[in-house]
Amino acid sequence: MKERSCSSAALIILAALWSVSAQADWALNMTEGVTEVSRSIYSLHMQIFWICVVIAIAVFSVMFWSIIHHRKSAGAKAEQFHENTTVELIWTIVPVLILVAMAVPATTTLIEMYDTSDSDVDIQVTGYQWKWQYQYLGEDLSFFSNLSTNPDEIYNKVEKNENYLLEVDEPLVVPIGKKIRFLVTSNDVIHSWWVPAFAVKRDAIPGFINESWTRIDEVGIYRGQCAELCGKDHGFMPIVVQAVTDEDYALWLADKKASIAAEVAAAARIWSLEELMERGEKVYQTNCAACHQVGGQGISPMFPALKASAIATKPEQIDEHIKIVLEGRAGTAMQAYAAQLSAVELAAVITYERNAWGNDTGDIITPQSIQSMLKSK
Amino acid sequence: MTSAVGHHHGPATGITRWLFTTNHKDIGSMYLIFSLLMFFIGGSMALVIRMELVEPGLQVVQPEFFNQMTTMHGLIMVFGAVMPAFVGLANWMVPLMIGAPDMALPRLNNFSFWLLPFAFFMLLSTLVMDGGAPDFGWTFYAPLSTTYAPPSVTFFIFAIHLAGVSSILGAINVIVTIMNMRAPTMSYMKMPLFVWTWLITAFLLVAVMPVLAGTVTMMLTDIHFGTSFFDAGGGGDPVLFQHLFWFFGHPEVYIMILPAFGIISQIVPTFSRKPLFGYASMVYATSSIALLSFTVWAHHMFTVGIPLVGELFFMYATMLISVPTGVKVFNWVATMFRGSMTFETPMLFAIAFIVLFTIGGFSGLMLAISPADFQYHDTYFVVAHFHYVLVPGAVFSIMAAAYYWMPKWTGNMYDEYLGKCHFWCSFVGLNLTFFPMHFVGLAGMPRRIPDYSIQFADFNLVSSLGGFLFGFSQLIFVLVVVKCVKGGKKAEAVVWEGAEGLEWQVPSPAPYHTFETPPEVK
Amino acid sequence: MKSNRKLILQLCGATVGMFLFGFALVPLYDVFCDITGLNGKLELVAKKNTGVIDTSRAIKVQFIANTNENMPWDFVAKDVEMTVHPGENARADFFVQNLTNEQMVGQAIVSVSPSIGAKYFHKTQCFCFDRQVLNGKQAQEVSVLFSLDTDLPDRVKKITLSYTFFDITDLQPVAAN
Repeated sequence: MKERSCSSAALIILAALWSVSAQADWALNMTEGVTEVSRSIYSLHMQIFWICVVIAIAVFSVMFWSIIHHRKSAGAKAEQFHENTTVELIWTIVPVLILVAMAVPATTTLIEMYDTSDSDVDIQVTGYQWKWQYQYLGEDLSFFSNLSTNPDEIYNKVEKNENYLLEVDEPLVVPIGKKIRFLVTSNDVIHSWWVPAFAVKRDAIPGFINESWTRIDEVGIYRGQCAELCGKDHGFMPIVVQAVTDEDYALWLADKKASIAAEVAAAARIWSLEELMERGEKVYQTNCAACHQVGGQGISPMFPALKASAIATKPEQIDEHIKIVLEGRAGTAMQAYAAQLSAVELAAVITYERNAWGNDTGDIITPQSIQSMLKSK
Repeated sequence: MTSAVGHHHGPATGITRWLFTTNHKDIGSMYLIFSLLMFFIGGSMALVIRMELVEPGLQVVQPEFFNQMTTMHGLIMVFGAVMPAFVGLANWMVPLMIGAPDMALPRLNNFSFWLLPFAFFMLLSTLVMDGGAPDFGWTFYAPLSTTYAPPSVTFFIFAIHLAGVSSILGAINVIVTIMNMRAPTMSYMKMPLFVWTWLITAFLLVAVMPVLAGTVTMMLTDIHFGTSFFDAGGGGDPVLFQHLFWFFGHPEVYIMILPAFGIISQIVPTFSRKPLFGYASMVYATSSIALLSFTVWAHHMFTVGIPLVGELFFMYATMLISVPTGVKVFNWVATMFRGSMTFETPMLFAIAFIVLFTIGGFSGLMLAISPADFQYHDTYFVVAHFHYVLVPGAVFSIMAAAYYWMPKWTGNMYDEYLGKCHFWCSFVGLNLTFFPMHFVGLAGMPRRIPDYSIQFADFNLVSSLGGFLFGFSQLIFVLVVVKCVKGGKKAEAVVWEGAEGLEWQVPSPAPYHTFETPPEVK
Repeated sequence: MKSNRKLILQLCGATVGMFLFGFALVPLYDVFCDITGLNGKLELVAKKNTGVIDTSRAIKVQFIANTNENMPWDFVAKDVEMTVHPGENARADFFVQNLTNEQMVGQAIVSVSPSIGAKYFHKTQCFCFDRQVLNGKQAQEVSVLFSLDTDLPDRVKKITLSYTFFDITDLQPVAAN
């Protein structure tokens, strides 16, 4: 009776699993990746795996053979031997030999991974709570890369897309076939920049730079995540790398620089409240909503509310409001955004905070006023 | 106090028996009950984690609370469940196994135990504090645990200090007991392996718990007194924290597994009715594992940017550890070979230990290969690995020990049918929980994330179902214990047919005072 | 019981010793870093140049300027990249400005990549040797005078120096640095 209920429970679970596995992706193994290093790592992984499997089969077959044949209920009488120097020597020395055989290819691969010389492209990767900044050395190009998944997907209000949590607003774009050196560092806590397809994983440590490199063989979009616990939104700072051909890379560089120049130029023109609000909402979602929340209510006591707060509504506190956004607040998670956002974005987000969620102050912060605050002596 | 004066009397009555007891059996029982309680508290936190991870998206808890759960789960299981359980077993069994009347330092013993409830009350109280409990992972890497920590971090530091003091005092007590209180005819090489492994563990504790205490003290002064041990801005280095932590942390891992080796080395010969194969090599293997454990710490940090030479050194040293560990597994299998085996609950747990711990050992060997570790590091593959060595390793050995010695403790046989139910449910549950984690880890799921991309959904659902099965199966154990304490078939002095050792020379239940005159050892 | 006391004292001694050893690991770690170049840490002392210039090699030196969290300073490398011969004296300039209205104290932390290069990078003068005190909105040119050791291994063809400014306004001055 009992057994029957057990097995029917098992059947129900199996059926449940079957139904979800309709669109299942039961990926079992490490990716082979798209670089020479990632392929040698994959082959190391498979070698050591099969060695383990062979040892396991050998040891466990002896054990289960003994369990079946040398059981008391089968009439087995216990022997009394308890040592055998030859056997003990063999099972000490043979594993050592296997390990030496394993250590050789591992060492070769490791030396290869540590050789960062002769790079063609140098990119500084900086971890922030909770986004990545990419700076192309010698190119005067720098931008932030934020999670772009819709919060409604995270909170199960709409269906999740196939790149759920693995999508960003501005991917890192790199050329294929070139040796790319990553200089990894952090702005606050320790992060770890990981793209499985390249087998690149490097800890980002505040104050220090770590380096790693890759040479990508194929055009494609490669996704990774932060691998080191870095606080609340550790699970929400993905990495997306777009590997393109040399020509496309040159085009992209020119394009990207032009759009940054356009953004700077846009600071000079007059912005209406509606325009600033529209832009500000986007900036707020990407940069502020993680802590202050989409509705501006914050998370007490670590992340204060902006909705109906003195700082975002009182006219006499406008300067203070701008100052905190620009300079951050020491000892808290509030970062200094002066260097992270453009003057337009800063003006837009502050305007948004002063007018959204019923704050309705009607205040317009212009990009020009932000610029003059940044540069004033 | 009265019981301490008239030591031929039985236990005092009421609460004072437990508050003031200096009796190793009472203190052992308190340690065991405390650790079981912590096992359930830590376990329910694990279930909160598994509940959130049933499917992608945030549904049960918010990320900040999720991080508090992973942190507290780790801390409580390591410092509150596994370590006190082993200390409890040592308290109960070491004096019985070496023919001593009690632990060498009985009042200190009482003190070490009573530190623990305060330590963990303080740690758990952080859950209701402003800003929440520690949320920086049980490895509490700086600066996340210093500059960016919630205010409750100070209570966490103090709790670690208290638990550390308790462990160190317990370890000193074990060492003095084993070295000075053995029956006169029991030489070191006649000691049961459980005693041997505990002696080595105790030395590890004395060596590394103070380093942990030093590390959290540095955190404390960094947070409150303006020092910069781990702050680059003041001339410190966050990576130094990781070196210090893992200098403690790696031997700590062996602190949680060496006594388990001892327990399995007691149980396997008993139920094989055959002496342990390679006793001397077991002792040497345990000692070399303990020594090597001080030279491998940086394998937890392969991706922090250690220079090539360091990386190679730590890779080779780590690979080397698998040799003595392998010797142990081979010895257990050779002990079973040509034995006359029966499969009562303790033996089932022991066999499962050997198989599953070996799987954990294999994934450990894979993780030792430094280039490959760049792909494994901080993924669920690591989570799978250390749960395979800690759950079917440490926890199963504790369960095995509990079933093995429970008749000696209570004088009654436990319910074999329920015991086997407990075993099989746990066995199935834990493999369902942790085996799929290998796959999601290899496929690229980082650890310590409250939400994951959709390709990991199926295996996570399996893990969660397994987690609930494993978690609720542990209630069967509580039922077994309660039934066994209350009554049941009376146990003989020698509970198991093939059992050897001094603990079986005293009647069951073991009287309040035993071996007041030292026994003779063959 | 006498032997108990001796053993207990020894074990307590070992405990205290290991506690102190934990602290001793802090300076030991720095020594270890100096030897291995771990983290690309540089010794913060000026080194003399021997005067020999190896013109057969040209090393590319890159400079990165960062500010750590909440540090509202504008900090940029004016010389992003330069080519130097080992043994040659060179100078790199940076611009730093305090964007706030209050006085702030900053400390630049330097890190070298590849870390092996740290040993061969000699600074005769560096703004990172001292704390930088800047008044509100104050701007300043800072520089580093350096030379590369002629013993620099051949495989190193490019060295990257990263300077990160940390806000230490609220930090009490401590012995280190």
